[in-house]
Formats: sequence, structure tokens, C-alpha cells
Amino acid sequence: MPHLENVVLCRESQVSTLQSLFGERHHFSFPSIFIYGHTASGKTYVTQTLLKTLELPHVFVNCVECFTLRLLLEQILNRLNYLSSSEEGCSTEITCDTFNDFVRLFKQVTNAKNLKDQTVYIVLDKAEYLRDMEANILPGFLRLQELTDRNVTVIFLSEIIWEKFRPNTGCFEPFVLYFPDYSIGNLQKILSHDHPPEYSADFYAAYINILLGVFYTVCRDLKELRHLAVLNFPKYCEPVVKGEASERDTRKLWRNIEPHLKKAMQTVYLREISSSQWEKLQQDDQDPGQLEGLSAYTHVELPYYSKFILIAAYLASYNPSRTDKRFFLKHHGKIKKTNFLKKHEKTSNHLLGPKPFPLDRLLAILYSIVDSRVAPTANIFSQITSLVTLQLLTLVGHDDQLDGPKYKCTVSLDFIRAIARTVNFDIIKYLYDFL
Amino acid sequence: MATSSVSKGCFVFKPNFKKRKISVPIEEYFNEGKNESEDSKLRFETYQVIWQQMKSETEKMQEELNKNLFDSLIKFLQKSHSGFQKNSRDWGCQIKLREIPTAALILGVNVTDHEFTFRSLTEAIQNNVTPYVVKLQARDCPDIKHFLQKLFSQLMDCHVDVESKEEEKDIQKKTHCSMDSLSSWYMNVTQTDQGKPRKKRTSSQWQSPPVVLILKDMESFTTKVLQDFIIISSQHLHEFPLILIFGIATSPVIIHRLLPHAVSSLLCIEIFQSLSCKEHLTTVIDKLLLTTQFPFNLSEKVLQILTSIFLYYDFSIQNFIKGLQLSLLEHFYSQPLSVLCCNLPEAKRRINFLSDNQCENIRRLPSFRRYVEKQATEKQVALLTNERFLKEETQSLLESLHVYHTNYFLVLRCLHQFTSSLPKYPLGRQIRELYCTCLEKNIWDSEEYASALQLLRMLAKDELMTILQKCFSVLNSSSEKQLGSTAKRIEELLAQLQSLDAEVKEEEDASGSQSKGLQKTDLYHLQKSLLEMKELRRTGKKQTKFEVLREKVVNFIDSLVREYLLPPETQPLYEAVYFTAAHTLHEHLNAAPRLALHTALNNPYYYLKNEVLKSEEGCIPNVAPDICIAYKLHLECSRLINLVDWSEAFATVVTAAEKTDANSVTSEERNDIIHARFIRAVSELELLGFVKPTKRKTDHVARLTWGGC
Repeated sequence: MPHLENVVLCRESQVSTLQSLFGERHHFSFPSIFIYGHTASGKTYVTQTLLKTLELPHVFVNCVECFTLRLLLEQILNRLNYLSSSEEGCSTEITCDTFNDFVRLFKQVTNAKNLKDQTVYIVLDKAEYLRDMEANILPGFLRLQELTDRNVTVIFLSEIIWEKFRPNTGCFEPFVLYFPDYSIGNLQKILSHDHPPEYSADFYAAYINILLGVFYTVCRDLKELRHLAVLNFPKYCEPVVKGEASERDTRKLWRNIEPHLKKAMQTVYLREISSSQWEKLQQDDQDPGQLEGLSAYTHVELPYYSKFILIAAYLASYNPSRTDKRFFLKHHGKIKKTNFLKKHEKTSNHLLGPKPFPLDRLLAILYSIVDSRVAPTANIFSQITSLVTLQLLTLVGHDDQLDGPKYKCTVSLDFIRAIARTVNFDIIKYLYDFL
Repeated sequence: MATSSVSKGCFVFKPNFKKRKISVPIEEYFNEGKNESEDSKLRFETYQVIWQQMKSETEKMQEELNKNLFDSLIKFLQKSHSGFQKNSRDWGCQIKLREIPTAALILGVNVTDHEFTFRSLTEAIQNNVTPYVVKLQARDCPDIKHFLQKLFSQLMDCHVDVESKEEEKDIQKKTHCSMDSLSSWYMNVTQTDQGKPRKKRTSSQWQSPPVVLILKDMESFTTKVLQDFIIISSQHLHEFPLILIFGIATSPVIIHRLLPHAVSSLLCIEIFQSLSCKEHLTTVIDKLLLTTQFPFNLSEKVLQILTSIFLYYDFSIQNFIKGLQLSLLEHFYSQPLSVLCCNLPEAKRRINFLSDNQCENIRRLPSFRRYVEKQATEKQVALLTNERFLKEETQSLLESLHVYHTNYFLVLRCLHQFTSSLPKYPLGRQIRELYCTCLEKNIWDSEEYASALQLLRMLAKDELMTILQKCFSVLNSSSEKQLGSTAKRIEELLAQLQSLDAEVKEEEDASGSQSKGLQKTDLYHLQKSLLEMKELRRTGKKQTKFEVLREKVVNFIDSLVREYLLPPETQPLYEAVYFTAAHTLHEHLNAAPRLALHTALNNPYYYLKNEVLKSEEGCIPNVAPDICIAYKLHLECSRLINLVDWSEAFATVVTAAEKTDANSVTSEERNDIIHARFIRAVSELELLGFVKPTKRKTDHVARLTWGGC
């Protein structure tokens, strides 16, 4: 298979393992193979190209799409049906609800002439979703060969290790195959492989080299790197196109592209700026600093009382309730921090995260921090609810309104400080952690 | 309808079939309750006419306000899949990740208004981009299955082909909405669409129109559903050109909070910001209230309530307009003379047909009485006795009221031009604040006005000129020529200022110190410079020509204000066009359920109106409903309530009343009955959420409200 090496790079050992596992077409292969490795380590690609180039009968199913058992089973059966009867083109939809039916129907389908004498491969991509389905699915697929008594091999693809799959009732152990991460050399080789037709391979390889130098520390995802490479390539070529530098003038090209790539790392890589906006910026030759990223829009405009409700919620979440007296009563006397505290309260509440508080405490704090009198009107209560829908507060536990609901405040300190500043409320003075 | 409940609230009534058949026309409700109501039908009709006008005006306005946002969104939608349409074999396009174009639409926290925006957005997209627009909200999509089902069914509805509809319903039943079936359906539809070209669709130039999916409330979606959907649809993007629109109420950071990098890297997100709701409110007030287009006006208190509900509670324009509608309705319902609240010629016509009762109503108006008192004796007599004379007089009064309004709004706008640029905004930054102050009292009596005038006397020349120019255009913008002479006067002043140019320069060169006073200043510097100016005056230094002129301008605007910005109470017949019942509005719009419940339980007389229940503060009448007695007793307890003690106290209170009349029943039976009544009262309190059983002590219940000891 000489052309396989040209298509699948840097995965020679895995390919040969798989090939030897598959054996000849009519041989029975290992019942189930479990392939795992990081994102974009070529699991899907290798399996797919291998099965295609060897022209083996196979079904490729992505488990994310099949969110119910029925969808998954029917998809496998229908595709197999299509494989077996491709010439006639008959398309009767098979319905199948349970795994038991599946085994029965599977036997029928694979009885066809062109599937009978060779191994059928079922590939389940994103196999981790199988764990959320009915408990019998995973063990069932693992020993499908035995259950159906047909020449079939199930291949699982996943990003999670096999130990996380193993059901506690025990099951048939699959053959586990690990796809290690690509090394920087591998990445270089693969990325340089698809160079644009109008430039030489060396020129593109030099570009990839610079790109990896910037991005390798933060991102090893091949897909993402390829995407970034394409996005920024026009900028790299710019001096050449303008005639300011030749293709061999690497130093000049490097000086041109390096700051640009660093900016890309802070913006487009984090999806602060979308790729199309980035491309447009490149074309117009603008400074990307002008465009504000997603995180720049942190300001949220809230009604006056909502701001105070949020502040009260924050105080209730981050102050121990015993300190309320000290903050909100006029004649509280002095409380010394060290004597007053229980041991576990000595750690900063901001490190521990927000604590749940009952609605009444929120209202009590609200009444004492708002200058004017606030009546507990329906509008106030509906504001609390709408803050919950905005995810600024969260309802903890059951949502029975009569039993005294409990909330947590989910906003950050910076956010609440910005809010408090707009209503001239010095929140730091009221926070126990900052006393 | 009556209920046996003691609390205010919503009650479900099962429809009574007999009653249903005799449907009462809406206008009949205007008759109910008020015996003295006159012309109720006419009033109802007038209400409807004015409300329709107001409604169409607001809709038009909202359309205009949204236009910018929609235009840019539509541009984004149109270009976002154009790259895919080309089916390009370009090197870059093959390698690049296929990202789902996504518009993050930041709409602000006024969630109630979003529905309207989304509705008009859908319309706009359907007219300009693609027929396939789907709106989803989080509560319909608890998991990916429901998500896709909803998407599927709505898409089917978008594609309205009468003959194929039945067929499609079947398809939907059979295939349980996987993304596969969705994209194959889409292929089918677009191909058949190509076969028979459509005339109406503007999107027909597109080979395959994109599918726009609007997620109305991004914040409420669960992470898992969104993630799975994005992963699935990004794999199908080739066959199924999807565009997402996220409706975001808070800030776009929520996208990063909901989606991990692996998923958000599948999106190509652009941000679109809608108009801030405060600006929106300003326009609404400007178009609906600060105009003579609608005869209806709000009093200061009512306007204050409506704006404060908006600013303090919800930021919702819809609610503001609802409040406005309510006050309009209430005005026409409660004020018999509101028949005159219509455009001037119509009102004049109606006066001629007023009944005797209505004439009496006019005479009873406080503002009219004040007016009468100022007249000469013969005229007074005529006004109070002669109907015809009264009607004529009323016509002329209405006319002057109309003139008053026309001038009022023009001068108000002019004054706003002056005060809105002052440092620290002594009279408010927004015109609505200024309007409120002017409605409330004589504005020139207020301290803020005085300080504003002081500041105006410090204005620099160029500022003064731009303000005057704006005022001039404001005055010219009105069609009615009431203030024509004023406009002319301003023009004159402007010309004078311009001609000063050369002279002023010389003056300034001569005395450099004076230029200090001309700059825009803050309060501290103002004081300082005022002192300086006093100093100058004392030394007898002459003012420059510019200063003289500026003084003239300020005096001029002051005189305008004093002449035209009189509070409406001073105008006779103002009751006919001003809605003043702020209290009713407050009760309806800002309900306090807790307070109502507390009043009902604490003071049952308030709702039941039974004389027996009248009691002094603090004591418990023993004839009150059981739940009230139990409630009052529980108010005196702390966090945990001992049931035995409570029951004892309850029995004591109740038996105090029944000692006299319950001789026939044996004491044991009576005790049982009281016990049962107590149990029922407690369980009712539990249902209302005042107490709940606690696990800490078995014979205790916990209080859920605070207060007491």
C-alpha cells in the first residue's frame, strides 16, 4: 500500500498495528478495538482512510449525533443495509428499538452475499457518549462478534482512557490502542504537507516553523493550528507580494509576521475576534487593537434596585451570616476579627466561592443598604427571578417558593465593584474578607 | 366576582356557561360602578382612537430605532454564507475550519422587550435573507432531542407549501429528527424550490438560502445542549448552512462561560449591540408625551411613577407603554369630562352636545372654580347659570389650553437646550427630568433654576451661539406659528452675537482677565469667578458688549420660561386632559403581595368591611377568622413556635367570644372543635408560606418570615 504512507503521515506504527489486527478480508479479527488519544491526534482520520483505502465494508457513526439508542442502532443497520444492497438501491427503513432487535436484524442484514465472507467494521466515533446511554450498550457492542456470530469488529474512538469506560459489572476487554500526541517535528511535517500551490514547499515550511514557534506552547491541536496557519498566511506573504522581500529573505519575513502572530494568539485564537473579522482586518491592514474583543463588553446595565439586589446577594454570599450584625446594625460594637472567627472561617471567603443564602437574608440586607425605603413589591421579587434567568444569581436546590428559596450570587468581585461604583456604594467596606 | 378568600390575589373562576352567552360589550364596563358617568360610550371610543394612534406611533418609532441594528445584522447574514455558496476550490477554504457564523446580539436586561425585537427581526430576515428562520428558547429545549424536534417542526412551518405539508408531517413522525434527516430534508426542499422558481422571494438568487436559528435567551440554555448542538451542526455545515443568532441579555462573556474552547472555536462570532433602553425611553417620552399630537397628558406624579418603575425596577419599554395605556384607560374611565380629551375641533363640537350634568361637572372642577372667581360678578353669574354662555366660554378655554400646550413644549425644549449642557446638570440631564420639575411647580422658584441661570451667565460665546441656533431650529420645527416672534427675536440675538465677533476680540485683548469668565467652568471655579466679577463690578469696570448681550439672552429665556412654563394646574379645565390619579396607578403597577397579605391577616376589616372586625391596634378581636387569630398570635413568637402553647393561646382567644352562646355543646366537644379549627388555621398558614414543620423539634413549627422578637 504505497499510497497510504503519503496520505497518513507520522502514524506508521499505529497503521501497521491496525493492519495486522485486521488481517486478511475473510479472517476473523479481534472483536473490539478501543482507540484513544488527545484531540486531533488523527484517530478518526487514520481509521477512516485505512478502511477506505483498503476498501473494507464499514459503517462510520458519530455518537454525538445519535442521542438516543434508537437513532444509533437504526443508523448502523440502515447503512449496513445500504452497503449490502447498494446495487439494487432498495431503501426500506429498518426500525429497531432495543439491542436485542439489533442483534437479530444485524444477522439478517449481514447475511447478504457481499458481506458474508468478510469482516464488517463498525466504527463508533466519540464513544464516550455511549456511557450515557443504556447500560447494556457498551458491553453489547464489545462482544458483538460473539452475540451475532458474524465476522464483525467494532472500533471505538474516544479521547478518554479505557479505564473510565469499564462498567463495574465487568465486560469483554477490547484491544486498546493509544495514539500519542504529535511531536513538534510531526506537526511541522504534517502542516507543511499541505502547502498552497502557488508557493514552494520550503517557503511554506519556513512559515510553519515560525508559526509553531509562537503557538506550540499554547496549542497542540492540529486542526486549530492548520486554521491559524491559513488565516495568517496572507500576512506572511505580504512582503513577497509587494516585492519588498524575496521568498528566501526569512529574517525580514520573520520580523514582519512575529508580532502579528502574537496578536493573533491573544485575539483570534481565543475567539475574542472571529476569524472573518481577523481576515478583514488583515485586508484593510488595520491594527487589531481597535476592534474590541468579546471580553471587552463586560458592562451590564441594570435597573437601580436590581443593582442593589445584586450587591446584597453578593454580600450575603461572601459574608458569614454572623457578621451581618456588625455590618448592618448601627450600634454593633467592635468585633475583633481574630477572636470572633471560627477556625474554618479564617480562610478567605473569596477563595471558597459563594455560599447559598435564604431569600429573607437577601431582603434584609437589601433594606439596610438602600437609602430610601423599599417596599417588598411584586416588582422586587420579579427582579430577583429575572436576575436568576440572567444567571447572575442561581437558585440552589429545590425551587419550592414557599419553603424559603436559597440563592447564590455568581458574579465576580470586579463585576460587583463596577456595579457598586455606579450607585456610589463602597462595597469593599462591607466585605468581611477585606476588613 | 366574589371570593371567600381574605387575601387579594388572582383567582380562577370556572366559566359559567349561561353567563358566557350574554357577552358584555367592552364599552359597557365603562358604565359600571359610576352612576354619574356621562357619555361613557363616547369616552370609550375616544380612548380607543387615541390608544390606536399612540400604539401605531410607538411601533413606527421602534422600527426606526431598530433599523440600524437590523441593517447591520442583515448585512452580516447575507455575507456570512456567501463564501460557502461559491463552493470554492481555493486552497485556504479547503483547509480552514468551517466555522458556524454567529451573531451575538446584546439586547440589555429588559427581557420583556426582547420578544418584540425578535419578532420584527424575524420579519426583516424573512423579507431580506431567507425564509428559514427559527426561534428557540431555553425552556423548550431541556435536551438535545427536544431541541432538534423544535427546530425541525418550526423549519417545516417556515416552508409553507400547502400540498406538501401533510406529507412532511408524516416524515417528521417517522424520522425522529436526527441532524441527518434534517439536512436531507433541507436538500430536498431547496432542490425542489430550484425546480419551480418563486416570484415573491427575494432570496431566490441564492442557491441554498441559509437557515437562521435564533436562540432567544442564551443565558438560560444548558451547556450540554448547546455544546452538543454546535458540535453536531458544525459537522453538517456543508449540507446545512446554519447561522446562529444568540440573544444575550447580559454580556458576551457568557459565551465563554457556557462553551469550552473546543466548542467556541467552531463559531465565528460577531457582536451586535442594540440601542440602550434609556435612550429608547427618552424617545418614547419625546414622541408620546412632549407633543401636542395627543391631547392626553400625565401629571407630574404619574409620570414620576412610570419613569421610576422603569428606572428602578425593570428597564422595560413595553411595561412603560402598558403603564401609559393603563393611565389613559383610567383617565377616560374615571373622569367624565374626558370626552373633551380629543383634538381641538372635535372637542369644540362635542361641547355643544354636553348634557346638563356634564355642565355641572365642568362647574365643579377646581380649576374652573378658580377661574370663575377671578371674573367679574356678572360674568360669574352667567357662567354659573347660563349653559350656553358656559359652553362658549369652555370652547375658548379649551382653545387657550391648546395654545398653552403648544407653547409649553416648545419653550420646554428650548430651556432643555440651555440646561442640558451645563456642568453638573442642575436641572437634570434628560428632558423628562426638566419636564417633571416644570409640571410640579413654578420652576423659577426653585434653587436649581437660579443656579442654572447663574451658570448660563458664564457661557462662552460659541456655546451660547450653538444653543441659540438649536433653539431657533426647535422653534422653527413646529408648524404652528404661536412663537413666531420669539424665533425672530432669537434670530436677531444670533445676528448680534455674530456681528460682535470683531469687537469682542479687541475687548479681549484689552482685558485678558475677562476671558477667564467666558470659559465653561465647574462649580468651584464658578464661585471664584463670580466673586471676581463682583469685584470687577465694584471697581466700576464696564461690562463688555458680549456680556451685555449674554445678559440679554439669559433674561430673554428667563422671561420665556416665566411666561410659558406655568404648571398645568394654573390652567382652567386642565383636569380634562391631565391624568392625575397617581395612587390608583401605583396600586395597579407596583403591587405589594406581602403587604396585602399582611394587611388581610392582620387587619381583616380592611378587606371584609365587617363592622364587628373593627379593632384597635394590637388587640385581637375574637370574632375574626381563625387564620387571622392564628396569624396574629404567631407574630409574637420567635423563630420556632411551640404548637401546644400556640394552641392554648388560640383557644383562650376564641373561647373568650363563645362563652355566652355555646352552652348547648359539652366542653369536651367544644374543645375538639377548637382544636380542629386551630389545626386548619395552622395548615392554612403553612400553605401561605408563613410556617413550616421543622425537624429540629418535633412539636414545633418554624416561622418563615422575620420580625417579631
